[in-house]
Amino acid sequence: MKKMMIAGSVAGLGLTIVPAFLVFTGVLSWQVHAHLMTAGMILWFITAPYWMKKN
Amino acid sequence: MAADHTLTQKLDALNEFDREPAPESSFQGLGNFLGVYSGEHVAGTEYIIGPLFVAHGVTMADFFLGLLLGNLLAVLCWAFVTAPIAVRTRLTLYWQLRRTAGPWLTAFYSIVNALMFCFLAGSMISVSATAIGLPFHMTMPRLEDTLPNSAGWVVVVLLVGAAFTALAILGFEKLAHFGKVASPWMILVFAAAAIAVLPTLGVSSVHDMIRVGNEKIWTGTPFPGQVRYTFWHVTFFAWFCNLAMHLGMADLSILRFARKWYYGFTTAAGMFFGHFLAWTASSILCAAAAGNVAPGPIAYLGAGIAGIVSVVIAGWTTANPTLYRAGLALQVATPNWKRWKVTLWAGVVTTIAALFPALMMKLLNFVAIYGLILMPMGAVLFADFWLLPRMGLSDRYAERKGIMFSWPAFLAWGVSLGVCLVLPIELFFKALPGWFLAVLIFVVLSAVQQRLQAKGARS
Repeated sequence: MKKMMIAGSVAGLGLTIVPAFLVFTGVLSWQVHAHLMTAGMILWFITAPYWMKKN
Repeated sequence: MAADHTLTQKLDALNEFDREPAPESSFQGLGNFLGVYSGEHVAGTEYIIGPLFVAHGVTMADFFLGLLLGNLLAVLCWAFVTAPIAVRTRLTLYWQLRRTAGPWLTAFYSIVNALMFCFLAGSMISVSATAIGLPFHMTMPRLEDTLPNSAGWVVVVLLVGAAFTALAILGFEKLAHFGKVASPWMILVFAAAAIAVLPTLGVSSVHDMIRVGNEKIWTGTPFPGQVRYTFWHVTFFAWFCNLAMHLGMADLSILRFARKWYYGFTTAAGMFFGHFLAWTASSILCAAAAGNVAPGPIAYLGAGIAGIVSVVIAGWTTANPTLYRAGLALQVATPNWKRWKVTLWAGVVTTIAALFPALMMKLLNFVAIYGLILMPMGAVLFADFWLLPRMGLSDRYAERKGIMFSWPAFLAWGVSLGVCLVLPIELFFKALPGWFLAVLIFVVLSAVQQRLQAKGARS
């Protein structure tokens, strides 16, 4: 379960940063990049608190 | 009634060893400090600082070289000045100051300190309000605005202030954890937003970046009505924007939970991944938004909804520790109040301050003044801890002799501040001579005080 959550967090961060590079290279439109960033944000905040230690 | 009683008990239980040296069981690991500092220095205000440098016509070379040097100097101050005292005393600034300056002067200083923290947190609420108000087509404050510019602004600021205050009351560990969770994502949002708008500025390759940076972002030409800033402005701002925290010793309250002094170097996460990256990104966003400086709209321009959320979270994760510090500061002045009640009142003052957009639009100047006002007492603590014992004088003299109001500390604060204010140099540069002056005045007057007392005792 923890490994799945960590994988989800990595995917969330990937969805946050990778689309911006694709916009920069002209592969992706800004709108799609913005939607993917929102998805990445949701994924990050659902999964990261699960495995990031409190102390 | 029972529920109310339980709530009060829960709030009372949030006491976090404020009045005693932090016990070993409360010490935090390196990761926690990385989380706290990276979260705290990727703040909502970073969205406005980059644009303000652009508005003041900083050149590209001055911007990057100034940030490199200024951030490095700030980290060294935390690591070699603040952290060593924090891990030796394990006390907050306020309780440490009480031993050196006496309870009355500490109470006075605490009120000044808390008000400064409230204004700082207020600017973060203002920044967050520009993001919350965006979907409601709220009229955004402009660079030259000082008073609230619409009813919508007032409503949004009040709501954001109420939410931030409620969350600050819940305590340090919870918000430290949230800062830790949010910070990796926030740093990437800043980076992603800036990268995504580069094509609109005409950047299609890495080689274009230097040309476009010089021609369209850090142009060297200030906006109308703004003063031009140089390499030295950027360096001193980056060094002293957290002056109250390092040389001013406010971060004794945080670093007292560090296991080792070298945890002070974790502030580099905030300076280099936080300030450096975030100010660069927000400068690019400002240029892409044709000079718009309002944080909410420029974040949306780069990152859409995620950008708006990042402004709110970035503001919140920074306003919370700031309100926490304000609560600690005021608690000394109100010894019979529990911290939740003190934090509540700090939140009220903060929210009122946030209603005025000038706090956000003149943030560079406000941050410089805020550091300047609080710094001399940090110099007093430094001198008391390191210099007086080496000169054969007693440290913590007020505590040892039961002095309620240390006049050497008061004059070191007041005279150095007064001299700084009249020094014919620009605001950003006043704090450096001021710190040395405060140390000198305190050492000399402490020697006079202790000799006079010894003479009086003998006769």
